[in-house]
Amino acid sequence: MADHEDDDYQCRIKEGDYVVLKRGDIFKAMQIQPRKKVIFEKQWFFLDNAVGHLYGATFEIVSGGTLQPEKPKDTVSSDGSKEAGTDNRNIVDDGKSQKLTRDDIETLKEQGLKGQQIIDQLIKNSSTFRDKTEYAQDKYIKKKKKKYENTVTILKPSCRILALMYHGREPGKICHMRYDTLAQMLTLANIHAGSKVLVFETCAGLVLGSVMERMGGYGSVIQMYPGGGPVRAGVESFGFPAHFHDMLHEFPICHVNSLLAGTLDTTAKDTNTDETKSNMAAEEEQNQPEADEQGSMEQQNMEINTGDETGQDQEKTRKEAKAQEKKARLEEKRKKLAAAAALLEGRNADGLVIASRFHPCPVLMGLLKFLSPSRPFVVYSQYKEPLIECYTKLREHGGTVNLRLTDTWLRHYQVNSPYMSCSSQESTVLTPSLKRKSLTSFLY
Amino acid sequence: MSFVEYSDFIQDGDVAIVYLSHDSMMPVKVQQGAQTQTRYGVIRHSTDLIGQRYGSKVTCSKGGWVHVLHPTPELWTVSLPHRTQILYTTDIATITMMLELKPGSVVCESGTGSGSLSHAILRTIAPTGHLHTVEFHQQRAEKVAEEFQEHRVDHLVTVRNQDVCKDGFGVTGVADAVFLDIPSPWEAVKHAKAAMKRRGGRVCSFSPCIEQVQRTCETLAEEGFQEISTMEVLLRVHDVRTVSLPLPDFGPDPSEPDTEREAPTTSGPTHAAVTLKTTTPPREIPGHTGYLTFATKPRT
Repeated sequence: MADHEDDDYQCRIKEGDYVVLKRGDIFKAMQIQPRKKVIFEKQWFFLDNAVGHLYGATFEIVSGGTLQPEKPKDTVSSDGSKEAGTDNRNIVDDGKSQKLTRDDIETLKEQGLKGQQIIDQLIKNSSTFRDKTEYAQDKYIKKKKKKYENTVTILKPSCRILALMYHGREPGKICHMRYDTLAQMLTLANIHAGSKVLVFETCAGLVLGSVMERMGGYGSVIQMYPGGGPVRAGVESFGFPAHFHDMLHEFPICHVNSLLAGTLDTTAKDTNTDETKSNMAAEEEQNQPEADEQGSMEQQNMEINTGDETGQDQEKTRKEAKAQEKKARLEEKRKKLAAAAALLEGRNADGLVIASRFHPCPVLMGLLKFLSPSRPFVVYSQYKEPLIECYTKLREHGGTVNLRLTDTWLRHYQVNSPYMSCSSQESTVLTPSLKRKSLTSFLY
Repeated sequence: MSFVEYSDFIQDGDVAIVYLSHDSMMPVKVQQGAQTQTRYGVIRHSTDLIGQRYGSKVTCSKGGWVHVLHPTPELWTVSLPHRTQILYTTDIATITMMLELKPGSVVCESGTGSGSLSHAILRTIAPTGHLHTVEFHQQRAEKVAEEFQEHRVDHLVTVRNQDVCKDGFGVTGVADAVFLDIPSPWEAVKHAKAAMKRRGGRVCSFSPCIEQVQRTCETLAEEGFQEISTMEVLLRVHDVRTVSLPLPDFGPDPSEPDTEREAPTTSGPTHAAVTLKTTTPPREIPGHTGYLTFATKPRT
């Protein structure tokens, strides 16, 4: 029915695409760049060979860091004759059950044995494997797979995958927000296409990107950012189509007061350019580290591109071009500020999402003013106490209904493999119950 | 007003949510000339609602007041007329994210039930996605279709009155995501697979009992689904309150300087206390709603 669309080029990995590498439960966000060495799970390789393949494909890492599409194989281990013990009464932990030494395994690896083959060897040389229960055998294989398998799956990024990734790899960067908490926030804030949403976050852009994904390029998102410039590396990882960025606006919170007072000047008329410019310059300066980085990267690229050409007059033109560029950048920035200010001035936002390391109370009280009546907002903090303060303040202040302080518990269940249809769940993992609260409410 | 688009003012024909308290809300079909009874008295639609801003405070005939809120899928979930057990927002939020729903997604759902999840799906996939929802109970299917129309989301949804286990979803090769909330989900896994796009997608099954989960996981694995994972999400609501903790009186302390020793005796026994804001955990452990099993259908 929709098969022709299915095979469209969206499903194929292209150069420049933002992708997520996956092995087991480990994820890593990447951009596909030619001849770029990628290190993932202590292995290095190049992604060049993935280009042209379909998203979701699994590759084997072969010598020289080349990716080779994995041959279709049945995932169930091949040896049909299953032998298993009933319990562990005869298993002694004397460290002698595995006859292969570390060196032996290294030799096998050097001989070019693949992950599965090494695991087969390990099983063959284990004196206790056959006495283990089916469950324990499964667990053993799983553990060894994790250690010796050298495959990598390439996925299209999504809010789910990136939330899992950040939580697993760099929880500190996203204020320890769990993915189920992010899910609650997006739903409770009623994020949907066509609305106008304010986002204040210090979660590397994960929250902002998730909001943008849920809006599908329709409506507008205004990132209210602290400091010199918006931080949103995570948004890149979503790999949104270019038009998504048209809905993204940014506004520095240091201008909120002047905007509310109606004294914010975003015009570029001759009389007050100087003032605006100096403001901009100050901002630019704050922005410096980021700008510098970008600049040096650009330079590197240029060097690669221009290669052998060198000349003194080039230096001059480069300088001029740079000045021109800077002017254009400032003008661009002014326009952006004006556009964001215009969106905020109506004070008619449809949603507000706060997730930051800042004290949520002043952030919330400051940004709430931009929200239309009868629109939801949600505040996340890693800590409960400031949210209690928020809650109390809002109650005293009035103007909100349906205010709740909540957190979620998430529990994963291990459901047994198909061929072991005996009892109920075997074990449960309870995610650490750190305090992760979100405050949600409706404003009238 | 629409469940997928905000508006500022209440109009004739809208569905508004009358907010009485955090645990008491009621949906109201706004009609010129109509009245609604609440425990605070009557709300007259023509004067009290139509033309008012969403979020307004409305004074009822007995002098009490209520707030009139713009409908959202979340408010609908806590105020809708129950015709079945329903899914609540905590599970819905998790399902929405883990199924990777977004504008443009094509979703299959069964059973429709009271439409709690359906509204949340529609909100997320609008304006370019579509929901195919299958409900085997005829009256329920008709009723929910009527509600979709009233909520102005009917252009985004097709309701089918059939048995998903026997007849499937009525579509093939179109869905990005499938959701199952039926007594024997394993019987519908094949149909779910058929309904999904060749490139693959995500599936979720909601079941209250672990035995159901077990059979569903088996079937999912047999049908080649990957990343099968089962989880449970519970919401804890923290009650914010002021507590007062009395300070103990150990009597006069002879080692302290005279002046301080005198003080208590002259002023009599003090009842010093520290007041602070804290939260109390929910008195009951929140009830188990169900297990959510997610899986990925690979490209076929």
